[in-house]
Amino acid sequence: MTMTTADKIQANLKKRYAAERRFRSYGLASVAIGLAALLLLFISIIGKGYTAFQQTYVKLEVQFDEAIIDPQGTRDPQILARADYGKLIKKTMRKRFPDVTNRRDRRNLYKLVSPGAVFSIQDMVRNDPGLIGTTQTIWVPADDDVDMLIKGYINRDEPESDRRLKDKEIAWIDALAASDSLEKRFNKTFFTAGDSREPELAGIWGAVVGSFYTLLVTLVLSFPIGVSAAVYLQEFAPRNRWTDLIEVNINNLAAVPSIVFGLLGLSVFLNFMALPRSAPLVGGLVLSLMTLPTVIIASRASLQSVPPSIREGALGMGASQMQMVAHHVLPLAMPGMLTGTIIGMARALGESAPLLMIGMVAFIVNVPEGPLDPSTVLPVQIYLWADTPERAFVERTSAATLVLLAFLVVMNGAAVWLRKRFEQRW
Amino acid sequence: MIIRGHGRLQISRFHQYYSIVSTPLLIAVLLLLTAAAFELGRRRALQVAGSEFRTLHSLPRYYGSFTALWCALPAMLLLGTWLAFEDKIITSLVVADLPATYQALSESKLNLIINDLRNQLSGNVVSQELNPAMQAAVDHYGSLRATSNAALAVVFLSVAMLGMGMAWRKIAPNFWARNRVEAIIKLLLIICSTLAIFTTIGIVLSVLFESIRFFQAVPIFDFLFGLEWSPQTAIREDQVGSSGAFGAVPLFAGTLLISVIAMLVAAPIGLTSAIYLSEYSHPRFRAIAKPLLEILAGIPTVVYGFFAALTVAPLLRDMGTNFGLDVSSESALAAGLVMGIMIIPFVSSISDDVINAVPQSLRDGSLALGSTRSEMIRKVVLPAALPGIVSGMLLAISRAIGETMIVVMAAGLAANLTVNPLEAVTTVTVQIVTLLVGDQEFDSPKTLAAFALGLMLFLVTLALNVVALYVVRKYREQYE
Repeated sequence: MTMTTADKIQANLKKRYAAERRFRSYGLASVAIGLAALLLLFISIIGKGYTAFQQTYVKLEVQFDEAIIDPQGTRDPQILARADYGKLIKKTMRKRFPDVTNRRDRRNLYKLVSPGAVFSIQDMVRNDPGLIGTTQTIWVPADDDVDMLIKGYINRDEPESDRRLKDKEIAWIDALAASDSLEKRFNKTFFTAGDSREPELAGIWGAVVGSFYTLLVTLVLSFPIGVSAAVYLQEFAPRNRWTDLIEVNINNLAAVPSIVFGLLGLSVFLNFMALPRSAPLVGGLVLSLMTLPTVIIASRASLQSVPPSIREGALGMGASQMQMVAHHVLPLAMPGMLTGTIIGMARALGESAPLLMIGMVAFIVNVPEGPLDPSTVLPVQIYLWADTPERAFVERTSAATLVLLAFLVVMNGAAVWLRKRFEQRW
Repeated sequence: MIIRGHGRLQISRFHQYYSIVSTPLLIAVLLLLTAAAFELGRRRALQVAGSEFRTLHSLPRYYGSFTALWCALPAMLLLGTWLAFEDKIITSLVVADLPATYQALSESKLNLIINDLRNQLSGNVVSQELNPAMQAAVDHYGSLRATSNAALAVVFLSVAMLGMGMAWRKIAPNFWARNRVEAIIKLLLIICSTLAIFTTIGIVLSVLFESIRFFQAVPIFDFLFGLEWSPQTAIREDQVGSSGAFGAVPLFAGTLLISVIAMLVAAPIGLTSAIYLSEYSHPRFRAIAKPLLEILAGIPTVVYGFFAALTVAPLLRDMGTNFGLDVSSESALAAGLVMGIMIIPFVSSISDDVINAVPQSLRDGSLALGSTRSEMIRKVVLPAALPGIVSGMLLAISRAIGETMIVVMAAGLAANLTVNPLEAVTTVTVQIVTLLVGDQEFDSPKTLAAFALGLMLFLVTLALNVVALYVVRKYREQYE
């Protein structure tokens, strides 16, 4: 019996269909892997980070002892500022645990309260000297180790020598918890403070403000320059070797690794122009050079989508070329340009490598007050915290990441909204 | 892991303390002047035209803009130049007046002294007690600064007024103000568009100069082909393990290893998901899955770094222990895997574009001949889209090579020459960051080495981009 072509195809068909199904399932699996990676990333960050929005506080019955704060009774602000408030806390803790007499134990006992408590008591007294001589119930932040134990990150079953908290300390903390002297509250410090060596006192506000100034400089430079460049290249430039060169340059710059821009910033802005190190001004300069290609490319695409009839109409009415661009083309292209700029800004907000080069990695406690103050930015703050060994910084790093991602979602959402709102089909 | 720049807080607030008129104030005054110039120019135009309004060549506001531009632009140019060179000139004047013993010092020591002078001036902590000679220099520095500042204010405002005055005098009915204004604006547009070229030149020059200085200290051959990398130069003569070897091969190998791992993840997943989403999936699924995948591209790299170091690396180590493998806590595998995830959307969106660019007629023809969808894709669509896909992959490799934060946080510092992905390796970008973050003296080969590495990075990524463009141009099939 001879096989016809149709038979041959028929014989093969099963195999071919199987290959078809396999191929299709590879594709679906790839999409699934990509989405699973995204999911895992978010789960791991949210899972590690959400607890940082709460912080454990200790209730203390502080006796504002006049003999310690202001022995002469002058109420001189100078004396009030310099008084030893740590002593008050120590005294309170000794009173709370009278059976701790050993020197070393006492020192460990004092450590359960955050070193920042001293400053909050100091502020209280300076704001209201009338507190001196009274006894007040106040809530102060607990040390990060206490916080970690309360949140369940310290394993009590581990051998004592491996644990950050020893049995005695855990017993004290349990005693405090049993008497309702420990409470988890909203961690306001995290949103209002600058960086700190103590996790319970560290916040992202300094980095957020630094990011704000850096992005402000970036926006002020890259938007007008990028739009101008795009307008020239798209509307005025003759097609010649010179404009070709510019175009090749722009496309190449878009693909240059960001760290190379950092090297540029270091040798040109810091070493040659002697601009201040660690300043948002320099960070903004570097990032605007980096985002310019993005802005230019997006703006050109947006200009290109404006139909020629608009241009011809304007020119036909006697407008000059500049008037045609300024009065008709630019307003129509503006939403697209803004979308591109926002996306560029979002990328600049997440960028950290070039900023490491220009010294924005320093440990800075103060919240910057202007674009010349030394500061850091949100992603660099994440990098710095990710590098610290304390367990409590892990959750703060994740929380800072969540804040950064929230900003990015808002910016990209704004870009999408702009695109949808002003999208025009000609 | 990383030495941080603590203690290197050079707070340069002296600008604010020692200026009588600050730069923002000058700019604010200039803005007011410019607004005034606009109004003056406009009125002047109306005035010279008198009742014969139509004799004016341009609209009155163009005369105003002309006056305003001439008021603002020269003054801003002056301000920029002044601020750029002020510090250098003042410093060299102060140095010239320092006693001869100071001038004999090396450049780096001299820089330290100048820093002290500045810090003293701004009331910051200085590193040493100041002797009378230094105190005199501080005073000198301060007075020069004050003089320069006052002079700037005077010259700046005079230039603004002068420009405004000259433009104002030119206004006449037959003066072509619109054409002049448009010419100036066009010139500004041209300047803006050339900035890209200047940036490229700036990058090339800044890495090239320092690299040449580095290659004077370390022969280029040793750098490119040396097998040992330990950039810590000895502070004391007898120190161990600080030979200062600058053989970059382990870094290149590490970079390559991590990039290969990343591409092994990103290329198949990115390509097949692009194929699936553009050829197979339901439009509604595509509308959801595609943006979700693209979120991966929008996540900052520092977040990936954190994810790699804190989630993926421990996961791999635990899995390795289960299989009896010894996985380093900073393995190339962890960094490469996460970098691959980061690049997936990059590969898939480029592939998506090129696959969609293949004309429907080719697909229809193939299906009409009886091929299955997968045969159509493999035998018709992919070959047609190949140049675009190849160039997309090249761009993805260039991105992987230049990626910094993931490897800084998740790959190691140890320059191992190995192909074992379970060990720690280091990369070019990691070393650049390590060498340049923290205290640095600017003349040691250690710091300069970072620029040489930067040059390599720039050249390699540039070459990849150029090749990618070339592939697209040369092999693109024309279907129109």
